[in-house]
Amino acid sequence: MRIWLPGAILLIWAICALLGPMWVGDPNHIELQRILAPPGPAGWLGFDDLGRPVWQRLVVGAQTSFMVSVMVVAVTAVIGALLGTTSGFVGGWIDHLLVRIIDIFLAFPGILLAIALAGVLGPGINNVVIALSVVGWVGFARLARAQVLTLKHREHVQAATALGVRRSRIIIRHLLPLIVAPLIVEGTFAVAGAVIAEAGLSFLGLGVQPPAASWGSMIRDGTRYMLMAPHLVLAPGVALMLVVLGVNLLGDRLRDWMDVRSRP
Amino acid sequence: MPVFILSRLLSAALVLLGVSCLVFLLIHLVPGDPVEVMLGEAAQPADREALRHALGLDQPLLAQLLHYFEGLLRLDLGTSLQSKRPIAELLWQRIPATAELAAAALAVAVVIAFPLGILAAVRKDSLWDYGAMSVSMFGVSIPNFWLGPVLILVFSVWLGWLPVSGREEAASIVLPAVTLGMALAAVLARMVRSALLEVLHEDYVRTARAKGLPERVVILRHAMRNALLPVVTVLGLQLGVLLGGAVVTEMVFSWPGLGELTIESIQRRDYPVVQACVLLISVSYVVVNTLTDLVYGWLDPRVRLGGRS
Repeated sequence: MRIWLPGAILLIWAICALLGPMWVGDPNHIELQRILAPPGPAGWLGFDDLGRPVWQRLVVGAQTSFMVSVMVVAVTAVIGALLGTTSGFVGGWIDHLLVRIIDIFLAFPGILLAIALAGVLGPGINNVVIALSVVGWVGFARLARAQVLTLKHREHVQAATALGVRRSRIIIRHLLPLIVAPLIVEGTFAVAGAVIAEAGLSFLGLGVQPPAASWGSMIRDGTRYMLMAPHLVLAPGVALMLVVLGVNLLGDRLRDWMDVRSRP
Repeated sequence: MPVFILSRLLSAALVLLGVSCLVFLLIHLVPGDPVEVMLGEAAQPADREALRHALGLDQPLLAQLLHYFEGLLRLDLGTSLQSKRPIAELLWQRIPATAELAAAALAVAVVIAFPLGILAAVRKDSLWDYGAMSVSMFGVSIPNFWLGPVLILVFSVWLGWLPVSGREEAASIVLPAVTLGMALAAVLARMVRSALLEVLHEDYVRTARAKGLPERVVILRHAMRNALLPVVTVLGLQLGVLLGGAVVTEMVFSWPGLGELTIESIQRRDYPVVQACVLLISVSYVVVNTLTDLVYGWLDPRVRLGGRS
């Protein structure tokens, strides 16, 4: 029952992202006489400083955040899970090395490494995906490794090893299925993190470049006109908050439902 | 205990070595020729060669790395391309502002999180609990680069209570600190709640109640003390999120700290300064976390014995 609210928010987000740009019309269409116009009959979320419709840009911004976060989480989850499981299962110096590398990445505070990477690579949405992926795999790798360490001495894994099953097959068939639940929960929270990070980088001018729209760059542009047109900051901010809230709530529900903590 | 201290210091040293290497490599990730990117296409060939030589980019990678570490050991971080001043000097000017902001945000977080978390745990499953946890859920979901402008709009523009930006007045710190501290407060409140719930069922809490102690004393003196350990662990780790968030928050409020310097240097393509900022912020994070670990080992024997095995 309580999954409906976050579910509905995320469904709207996904629909806006995937289908929205087809039916909302041109987000860069300029109406000079409506510059900074507040919400009204002409545009229900008003118009921005160049006379572009805020609602249209919001929908295109949904696409940016959706695409970036889904791509980043897909890439980092696969890479992180494979590295973590392999390293945890194989052990030895490979595992030692991975733990060191993870420690080094974790030593960079939050979004700082992503900011530095995006700053050095240059602005653009592709570089945002690269920067967030370089930072994002660590969480998955650490989680997968920790899970595998507790699982690798289980009987079914020992039996498979005794039967001479190849290591790669043991990892894919006998270990990964058991750690999917916590990885899904981690992945949900990672989506929320990626949405905020993309918007944050775009807010700093390191993400999408004009005239493309991102909720982060909309907030940044809007702050300059906050006195006259607060809707420019409020609309993308509320959209951003609702999506992140939806993803976080979903993650919470999934965690309870899959009972992740009580598992090994 | 000496073994524990030594192993913690050794692993911190390894991490610092890795962090410095990664920061060193940053400049080599600049697409194309970093010198051209930094100076612009109109630069004279002689100037380019001069910068290339000054940054050591004309040497083999290993020689560059050694030179870089040599500089670090002498606390020589190079020269800013824009202001032509030593980078160490630039950083030194910015440290107080960032430290002040981080400390104030931490204070805001603690002041909000503890009452909220304790209330939620003591009145578990009540309206208070749901309310506190909903507030915390919102806190986690509001990005600081949005909360900041909204707070400015309400408290500076509409109500006129607080300054919009800068660091000239004492009251200037209130909005940045609240903006930065809110997310941490939200995470912390959840931690306080779950940590307290775990110890509330322990025998010593029942004993304390059976002795007839007032509930306030039972919670604050007996339960909270033991619940504090996991909470402080999270606090140490969340300090990284706080420092990362400070970069964005400083931009919102034009707060003259390391974060603002980082972003300004990115915009001016002053990459040596970017490297130095990232290095300094990360190193301070590692140092604080190592110190926290050591303090724990001293406070709680379980930690240091676990660390040895």
